[in-house]
Amino acid sequence: MEPDELPTPDAIRPPGGPAGSAAGGAAGPATGNPVAEAVAGGTGGRPGHGEPVLEIRGLVKHFPLTRGILFRKQVGAVKAVDGVSFDLHRGETLGIVGESGCGKSTVAKLLVGLERPTAGQIRYRGEDITKLSGRALKAVRRNIQMVFQDPYTSLNPRMTVGDIIGEPYDIHPEVAPKGDRRRRVQELLDVVGLNPEYLNRYPHQFSGGQRQRIGIARGLALRPEIIVADEPVSALDVSVQAQVVNLLERLQNTFDLSYVFIAHDLSVVRHISDRVAVMYLGRLAESGTDEQIYDHPTHPYTQALLSAVPVPDPEARESRTRILLTGDVPSPADPPSGCRFRTRCWKAQELCAEQVPPLEVPPRFATPDAGPAAHPSACHFAEERQVVPGE
Amino acid sequence: MGIVDSPPGYVTGGEIRFRGRDLLTLGREERRRVRGTGMAMIFQDALSALNPVMSVGAQLGEMFQVHRGMSRKAARAEAVELMDRVKIPAAASRVGDYPHQFSGGMRQRIMIAMALALEPDLIIADEPTTALDVTVQAQVMDLLAELQREYHMGLILITHDLGVVADVADTIAVMYAGRIVETAPVHHLYRAPAHPYTRGLLDSIPRLDHKGQELYAIKGLPPNLTAIPPGCPFHPRCPLAQDICRSERPPLHDVAPGRTSACHFWKETLDGAR
Repeated sequence: MEPDELPTPDAIRPPGGPAGSAAGGAAGPATGNPVAEAVAGGTGGRPGHGEPVLEIRGLVKHFPLTRGILFRKQVGAVKAVDGVSFDLHRGETLGIVGESGCGKSTVAKLLVGLERPTAGQIRYRGEDITKLSGRALKAVRRNIQMVFQDPYTSLNPRMTVGDIIGEPYDIHPEVAPKGDRRRRVQELLDVVGLNPEYLNRYPHQFSGGQRQRIGIARGLALRPEIIVADEPVSALDVSVQAQVVNLLERLQNTFDLSYVFIAHDLSVVRHISDRVAVMYLGRLAESGTDEQIYDHPTHPYTQALLSAVPVPDPEARESRTRILLTGDVPSPADPPSGCRFRTRCWKAQELCAEQVPPLEVPPRFATPDAGPAAHPSACHFAEERQVVPGE
Repeated sequence: MGIVDSPPGYVTGGEIRFRGRDLLTLGREERRRVRGTGMAMIFQDALSALNPVMSVGAQLGEMFQVHRGMSRKAARAEAVELMDRVKIPAAASRVGDYPHQFSGGMRQRIMIAMALALEPDLIIADEPTTALDVTVQAQVMDLLAELQREYHMGLILITHDLGVVADVADTIAVMYAGRIVETAPVHHLYRAPAHPYTRGLLDSIPRLDHKGQELYAIKGLPPNLTAIPPGCPFHPRCPLAQDICRSERPPLHDVAPGRTSACHFWKETLDGAR
C-alpha cells in the first residue's frame, strides 16, 4: 500500500502552508477568548494540520410535519439538527457520538449534500456550499464523499463490484478517462485489501466486512479530501470491525484524508478520533479532544453516556459509578425549552428551562490553569467528573 | 426453549437436563408446560417479538389465562402489577396500549415482564439490549440484574458485547462455529483467556493504552457453518495453529477448576503466547 499507488493530483489539494491558525482552531484551549474558540469548534487540530477544510456554522435542518391531503399545512417540524457548529481540520478525524435520533446521520447527509439545510452554512475551504448549485456543487461533492452504515443496502445488488466502484467516474468523467477505469477500480480494490480479480462479482458474494471495504473503495474513487463515515463499522462483527477500523486509519495516513466519523460506539470513536463532539437532540452538548471528552467530561449528558458504556473488564464492576438516566430521549418534534437535556438531567434548575446554554468554554474553566476541563460544553452547571476508570 | 423451527432444524443428539429431567424426551404438551413456568426467554427485537395487534396488557395477561386459568379481568390486573414491577410509569393507564406506542426501552421492559410473569427458574436473554442505546441499555440491564436477584433466577445472557457480559455474568462460555471453545469464571476469562479466539476477541476491543496503534484484528472471517474447517474450527484464523490443529479437533481440556478450553495449546495461550 504505497502512497504513490493512487497519486493525488495537485489540482484538488490546497497548497499546504501556514494559512492555518487563521480561524483560531490552532490556538490553545485557554487563551481567554472562550467564545471565539467555541465557535471555531474547540481546540486545535493535530500539529501540522492547521487549516480547517470544513467549517460548519449554525447548521439547522427541520423536517416539516404536515397534516391533510388536499390542503397540506405544516403543523410542526422535526428539529433533527438545530444549530450545530464545528470545524474539521485537514487530516484529522472528528468523531460525532450520540444516541439514535440525535441528528448524527442528518448532519452526515447535510455535509455531503444529500439534504439541504434549513439554515446555516457549510463552508468548504471558505466557500459556503449550501448556496451552490449545478456544476459548482457537483465539483464540491467530488471532494466530500460518504461511507454508509449498512453495507447490505448501500450497494446495488444488481451491479457488479466493478460497476459500483466505477460509477463515480461516470458522474465525474474528468477524474478518470474511460479506458483507464478498469485499472483504477482494480487499484482501489487492492488499496482496500480485496482481490482485484473480484471485479465482476456481485455484492452478495461478499461478507459484511468485505462489502464495507467495497463501500470505502467507492468513497475513495474520486480521491476526496473529506470522507463522512456514518456508522461505518456498526453492522460488523467485533473481530471484523477491528479490520475495517485499521483500514480506515491506514487510508487516512496514506491519502491525508479528513474524516467525520459518526458512531454510537464510544470506544471505537475514541480509538479513531482526534476530536470528539457529543450530540444530543440536534445540538452539540460538548466538544473537545478525545482526552478532554473522555477523561475530563464537563457536560452531564457526556458523563451519563460514558458511564453507561459497559466496560469489558469485570474488575471494574464494583469500582465504577453508573449514572442512570431516567426516561427516554424526548421527541425532536417537541424538544424541551432551554437546555435540551434538562428533562433527564439531575442538575437541572429553572435557569435550564429558560436559557439555552451556549456551546463555549464554561466561564469557570476559562482560566489559564484550568487544564483539560477547559473545552466547550453547553451546560450552565458544567463541572468536571471523571466517569471512566483510568487504566 | 424448544422453539427451533422443525423443519428445517432438528435436535439430532445430546440432552438438556432441566431440574433433573431431559427436556428432549418430553412430549410436546409437557414441553409446553415447562416454557413460561420453568424457563422463559427474552428476545432481541421486542418490536417483532410482540404481537402488534394485541395490547400489551392482553399479551401479558395471556400468560396467566393460559397457564394459570385466570379470568381475563384477573389476568389484566396481574399485567398491571407486572408492568409496575419492570418500572413502566403509569402502568395502569398504559396497559391497554399497543407495542408501537412504547419506546424501545419500554418495549424491552415489557418483554422482561412477560418472561417474569410466571416466575420461572431460568431466563434466557438473547441479546436483550443490542437494539438499544447505551443509556437505555444501562437502565434495562440494571433492571434485569435487580429482578434476577429478587426472584433468584438463573440467567443465560447471550450477547456479542464483551462489555455487557463483563458487567453481569458470573461464568462465561465462548462459542465459535457451533461449539463452546472456552468456559471460565468471568474474572479469570478477562484476566487470562485460555483460548486464542477469546484472546483475539478481547484484544480487538479498542483500549485507551492502544490509542494510535493498529487494533489487533483476528484475520479472516468466521467460517461458513456448512463447511466448518476440519480439526480445530478456528485454526485458519489462529496465530498459534500447528499441524495438529489442522487434523485433530481439540477436546475441552480442564484448564483449572471451573475452567475449560478447547485448544491444543491452552497452556501456551494462558501464558500469553500469541
